[in-house]
Amino acid sequence: MAIENVNVKVKINGKERCAKVEPRTLLTHYIRDDLGLTGTHIGCDTSQCGACSVMVDGEVVKSCTVLAVQADGSEITTVEGLGDVNNLHPIQQGFWEKHGLQCGYCTPGVMMAMVGLLKQNPDPSDEEIREGLEGVICRCTGYQFIVEAVKHAAQIMRESEVQLVGEER
Amino acid sequence: MKKVVGARLKRKEDPKLITGNGYFSDDIQLPGMLHAAILRSPHAHAMIKSINVEEALKAPGVVAIYTGKDLEGKIGPVPSSWLVPGCNLKEAPQYPLAIDRVRYVGDGVALVIAEGRYAVRDAMYLIDVEYETLSPAVGQKQSMQIDAPLVHDDIENNIAFHWKAGEIPEEVCENAEVAIRQSFYIQRVAPSPIETRAAIGQYNPGSGELTLWCTSQNPHIHRMVLSGVLGISEAKLRVIAPDMGGGFGGKIGVYPDEALVGYAARDLGRPVKWIEERNEHFTASNYGRDEVLDVELFGKRDGTLGAIRVKNTHNVGAYLSTMGPGVSTIDFGLMVTGCYKIPYASCETFGVYTNTTPTDAYRGAGKPEATYQIERAIDLFAKEIGMDPIELRRKNFVQKEEFPFTNAQGLLYDSGDYEKPLAKALEMLDYNKFRETQKELRKQGKLIGIGFSTYVELCGFGPSKVAGAIGFQGGVWENATVRVHPSGKVTVYSGTSPHGQGHATTFGQVVAEKLGLPMDDIELVFGDTKAISMGWGTYGSRSVAVGGTAVSIATDRVIEKAKKIAAHELEAPVEDLVFEKGIFSVKGAQGFERTFQEIAKSANMAWNLPEGLEPSLEAQSFFDPENFVYPFGAHIAVVEVDKETGQIEVKRYVAVDDVGRVINPLTAEGQVHGGIAQGIGQALWEGAVYNEEGQLLTGTFMDYALPKARFFPEIETAFTETLSPVNPLGAKGIGETGTTASTPAIMNAVMDALEPYGIKDIEMPLTPEKVWRAISESEGK
Ligand code: FES
Ligand code: FES
Repeated sequence: MAIENVNVKVKINGKERCAKVEPRTLLTHYIRDDLGLTGTHIGCDTSQCGACSVMVDGEVVKSCTVLAVQADGSEITTVEGLGDVNNLHPIQQGFWEKHGLQCGYCTPGVMMAMVGLLKQNPDPSDEEIREGLEGVICRCTGYQFIVEAVKHAAQIMRESEVQLVGEER
Repeated sequence: MKKVVGARLKRKEDPKLITGNGYFSDDIQLPGMLHAAILRSPHAHAMIKSINVEEALKAPGVVAIYTGKDLEGKIGPVPSSWLVPGCNLKEAPQYPLAIDRVRYVGDGVALVIAEGRYAVRDAMYLIDVEYETLSPAVGQKQSMQIDAPLVHDDIENNIAFHWKAGEIPEEVCENAEVAIRQSFYIQRVAPSPIETRAAIGQYNPGSGELTLWCTSQNPHIHRMVLSGVLGISEAKLRVIAPDMGGGFGGKIGVYPDEALVGYAARDLGRPVKWIEERNEHFTASNYGRDEVLDVELFGKRDGTLGAIRVKNTHNVGAYLSTMGPGVSTIDFGLMVTGCYKIPYASCETFGVYTNTTPTDAYRGAGKPEATYQIERAIDLFAKEIGMDPIELRRKNFVQKEEFPFTNAQGLLYDSGDYEKPLAKALEMLDYNKFRETQKELRKQGKLIGIGFSTYVELCGFGPSKVAGAIGFQGGVWENATVRVHPSGKVTVYSGTSPHGQGHATTFGQVVAEKLGLPMDDIELVFGDTKAISMGWGTYGSRSVAVGGTAVSIATDRVIEKAKKIAAHELEAPVEDLVFEKGIFSVKGAQGFERTFQEIAKSANMAWNLPEGLEPSLEAQSFFDPENFVYPFGAHIAVVEVDKETGQIEVKRYVAVDDVGRVINPLTAEGQVHGGIAQGIGQALWEGAVYNEEGQLLTGTFMDYALPKARFFPEIETAFTETLSPVNPLGAKGIGETGTTASTPAIMNAVMDALEPYGIKDIEMPLTPEKVWRAISESEGK
């Protein structure tokens, strides 16, 4: 019983994209394998690690817990949409400046989650950042420099009033 | 010029990683690529009666299915690479797929190849395997009993090896005024890199070359071992470690899985990709630790330590892993005296096969366990004689002027000043004030405790001669090539294989400082056996001390050659040439200069070289150190235990490490933080658990507690710098200090907090339940 593939269309990092996928395709595989945006990573199969976090219609979503079809018609931002090397998003600047990454595997998801946090709370305390990191796991850094990175990003954003990504962009 | 070595530079490797441009295994897409999945045993111990693949073969997209029988005689067993001598080591062959018997939950049974990630799993679940279950051997002590089920029929009492080192004269133990006897269980933990393991194979039937991308901390070891397993010339096997999402020892091992992928790619003539799933990782990837330590520490009432006798019963799992046998013997047994001048030591280690996933090196590998037992025992000793634990440590420290120091087990500690980091840590913590506060808080009924860990670590693997003597199936020298392009830009090739440590930055700093070039002019290449002639990879905190030294020497050689060319062009004797900040000049002759870039061009063009000098500007170094390096330090933890819930909160954590020369304080601190988080994880939350049937109960991140951000306070770090005489950089090793020091620091702190209850030990991890029970039981007494 072959199930028909379905067309899933999204606006991702500002561009309209579409691909035909099996209905059971996870959003994360759609983004990585079908759209070729491999910056979003997969670290688990039980929704714990957050390496796959992206923004869907302005909300942080673990892309391994959603089907691609559920995201049909939505606006998605992945790490590739944050900023490029010549025009880094404050969160990327923070991670680079403060050594918020080691292997860099969790990083795209962690940055997306933190962009979500900063949207809600532009001036978080250390404790609030640590709580905000609840949905992600980093095995390399011990989190301390991630906290520093987020504070640094928050400061840049407050100073320059940089627009957050998501639907505003 | 500003010093580059020692500067807090942000990392070269980050721009690609923060913009989603990393290139990790699962990012690799090749034309015609197939996907692989490995069906694994659901039983700890069973005979395979039959495997029916008929249905599975009919599933959409299936290309091939291989069972152990299909591969018999086609690929060899995957060997261990650490055959420790003198311990009657019995290595059971580990075939890439089980042939007639499975020996742990996760043992490979069939390899499925299909078009597509999902199709391959659909098909895998259609394979019908009939098992006849056998009683499993679980737990090392039980598995050594006469009536225990045998993991391998011909290996008696499941004993994989029985190793001994050191003698203690009987009277030293008998006449000791104080004897502390305590058993510790260093529980099994999962290294848990956030990227699981992976392998992608691509075979060129025309050239006969097999390319294997895989998550390896040591691609040249993978090439060496797999060329044997697959029966392919090393010259035709290219192993590439792409960007890797962490390793922590879990990606040292050469696993059956990489061999299977390589085999299938060659057999089918199409690229094959295998990505391990997380739950699969928990059953199929090597664990760390799992050692029962029976410790006896002898000494005098005045605090003089006389001897330490340790028995280590090490659960090696169902097969010997790549480094497994070395962990509980050499790495552990020779370090049992820690940083103390204990005249006598002995260690007896049993490696025991069980029906569980194999264990291998995990960040620190043997040294965290060695540090744990001595640091815990010394605290117990201090309590016993009523001495401050710091005073007891100081009394027995190897003193600064005694280096190089030979420990009781014969290791030569290169350099040290153990008092220095301890003094600094105490100052950072304000120890005297702390003891006051603690008294106050205790009066209020609060359980506050402080714990110390003064450690020394064996790092920088290592002298190859020694590696040979201890049975390591490899050299552990390191290789670097520094290649200067005509423009004066530089590419450096290193045989180490970083996966998060930031070597492109730290090695780059070494080169930049020597050549007077900006960091952007230097590119680093790692992890490709075709680009790098040979090397031994990244583990054992060896990369900077051994690999960085090779880079440093090769750079010196480049300068030496460049000087000859500059001297020739400037018509001055080489002895008069000075090279500074990227400029060659002649001593005392102003204006006679050549830039490094000019000489790079001259060397590569070779239009006018000194007589007899070969063209090009490139140098290689094969550096084999004469000794290991021994970083050390002092960590202090402050914890509060909630007596109602048993919950532990880490209130403060101070770490002062001495890792010799610090090349980049920023990345060094990052290493320390990460290591400490893992070490505290071992003390408080992490632990793999098997039930009596050998079923793994902790197979996901829901059951296996990896530390989260809110679990930690801000870690306070500092360094002292006692250079190592073993290498010209003066570097020691940093990657494993955190995991080595932090576990006992936390445990000692919790035991100090629980002192009012007279609790001496609780088995790790200190979950609230265990702590609560210990408190309740002692109250009941
Ligand atoms: S991969 Fe989505 S939470 Fe781990
Ligand atoms: S940087 Fe490696 S897991 Fe976070």
